[in-house]
Amino acid sequence: MKLYLKYASIILKSQMQYKTSFFMSVIGQFLVSFTVYLGLYFMFHRFHSVSGFTYSEVLLCFSAVLFSYSLAECFVRGFDVFSLIISNGEFDRIMVRPRNEIFQVLASRIEFSRLGRFLQAMAMFAYAIPVSGVVWTYDKILTLTFMLAGGFFVFSGLFILYAAICFFTLEGLEFMNIFTDGAREFGKYPFSIYGESVLKFLTYVIPMALFQYYPFLYLTGKSSRTLYMFLPLAGMLFLIPCLIFWRIGVRHYKSTGS
Amino acid sequence: MIELRSICKTFKVARRNAGFHEAVKALFRREYTLIHALRDVSFTINEGEMVGYIGPNGAGKSSTIKIMSGILTPDSGECIINGRTPWKDRIAHVREIGVVFGQRSQLWWDVPVADSFELIKDIYKVDNASYKKNLSMLTELLDIGEIIRTPARQLSLGQRMRCEIAASLLHNPRILFLDEPTIGLDAVSKIAVRSFIRYINAERKTTVILTTHDMQDIEALTERILLIGRGRILLDGTLSELKRRNSRHKTLSVDFTGSIDRLENGMHLAKYLDGHAEIVVDTDILSVSDAIAHISGQAEISDLSVTGATAEEMVVSLYKEFEI
Repeated sequence: MKLYLKYASIILKSQMQYKTSFFMSVIGQFLVSFTVYLGLYFMFHRFHSVSGFTYSEVLLCFSAVLFSYSLAECFVRGFDVFSLIISNGEFDRIMVRPRNEIFQVLASRIEFSRLGRFLQAMAMFAYAIPVSGVVWTYDKILTLTFMLAGGFFVFSGLFILYAAICFFTLEGLEFMNIFTDGAREFGKYPFSIYGESVLKFLTYVIPMALFQYYPFLYLTGKSSRTLYMFLPLAGMLFLIPCLIFWRIGVRHYKSTGS
Repeated sequence: MIELRSICKTFKVARRNAGFHEAVKALFRREYTLIHALRDVSFTINEGEMVGYIGPNGAGKSSTIKIMSGILTPDSGECIINGRTPWKDRIAHVREIGVVFGQRSQLWWDVPVADSFELIKDIYKVDNASYKKNLSMLTELLDIGEIIRTPARQLSLGQRMRCEIAASLLHNPRILFLDEPTIGLDAVSKIAVRSFIRYINAERKTTVILTTHDMQDIEALTERILLIGRGRILLDGTLSELKRRNSRHKTLSVDFTGSIDRLENGMHLAKYLDGHAEIVVDTDILSVSDAIAHISGQAEISDLSVTGATAEEMVVSLYKEFEI
């Protein structure tokens, strides 16, 4: 962790060399997700509820997803540019240093401009918690914490999966963004509104519903099954196959000519 | 101690012809060719040795270095370095090696080099005392005391390369891999880098493995040469052995007045200008002194020099010999 901060400080020093660009991107990031929020607001201005969920409930759902997403993004987004790290040979350097590869990839690409999105997610979260209409008992607080942690793990797993594919293709696969950037967008509504098959896919294949839909049902009192409360923890297991896939990828690493 | 036994590595490479039509076709069906980067490569390098690893482009030099430094996993074969297999025990292994890629930087681009050094110190967990000792030695020997306060992006290539080498040695590695360390450097920087490499090999007993296309590097630094071509080790020997093998041919450079018309068997005219000639003598057929006597019998010699094959020429003849 200390080393992570050292990396952070050297990157901060580098980024401050270009300070206008730094502040512009913080503001830009902030505005982008802010427009998403506006879209949500105007929609509910018209319709008041979506398949039984009220505006304030959806807002809580959205802010929980956004929060865990931006948390994952803050730390794990280094993998987003992983195809670049491979193609410019930076990964060779990572391999000859005596530290975990995943750690080095993460630490070498810390994006302070993502703070904009993170701050906004926090603000929205702080706003949604009291207005959501949920009575905050201990189990509900625990459920919400599980949701955030589960979301962080699943998103991190997706970022790692995305990067591991680069080992085989040497090129990022844009379709993976459906599940990362895309999830941030469509994750604002409880997944059930997209229909049965989507929900099944998001439960069994890419377990995003485990930290969003099911615990959310419990949170809003639409279901009282305590099992739903712990499903986000099951979702965390998603990280394991992602890490295994990464391991296999490292063994297949081809490097680039020099 | 480095030991490689029958290392093989193949790459699958997608091929297509140029053109948009072909690009679209390749989107659906790709043709792959297997490239055998390394076939059955074996060699042993002892502690404290300095070895020049040479071969034409694409021969497999970088692949070997990458396998030895734990970046690539070979398809088959064994590699034991300091008792470990690099790709299996990567973190423990890389702690004891330093790697310089001549064409790639390991310094953080926008910050002063000293900051990069600090971070590298933390990455390798070098303790303060030995870091200070190392740093002062390296800055002195490589003459980078002033330079390290400048951001890496503002350094000249020669300055940067000296910093790269220092960065690879901060953790006191037992083995140093240098992949084309003098590429693109001017004469002064080249000589500085070479004398530094010689110094750490002699003083610290660091094992050095060096790939290069610059034969002067080889001549200045290494006694032992490994020649690789098309993924195979073709030759493993000393530079002096090689020289002896190639020293059959001597070149006589002669300035003279008069004319040289007749050449003895074993003499071959390489260049003939008015008053200057270069004559190659095959010493198996004719001794150098006989050749000189033969020339002086025909013309008045005003200046004469005898040269053997340069390392450069030797390598060219080696490449020819092995058809690589």
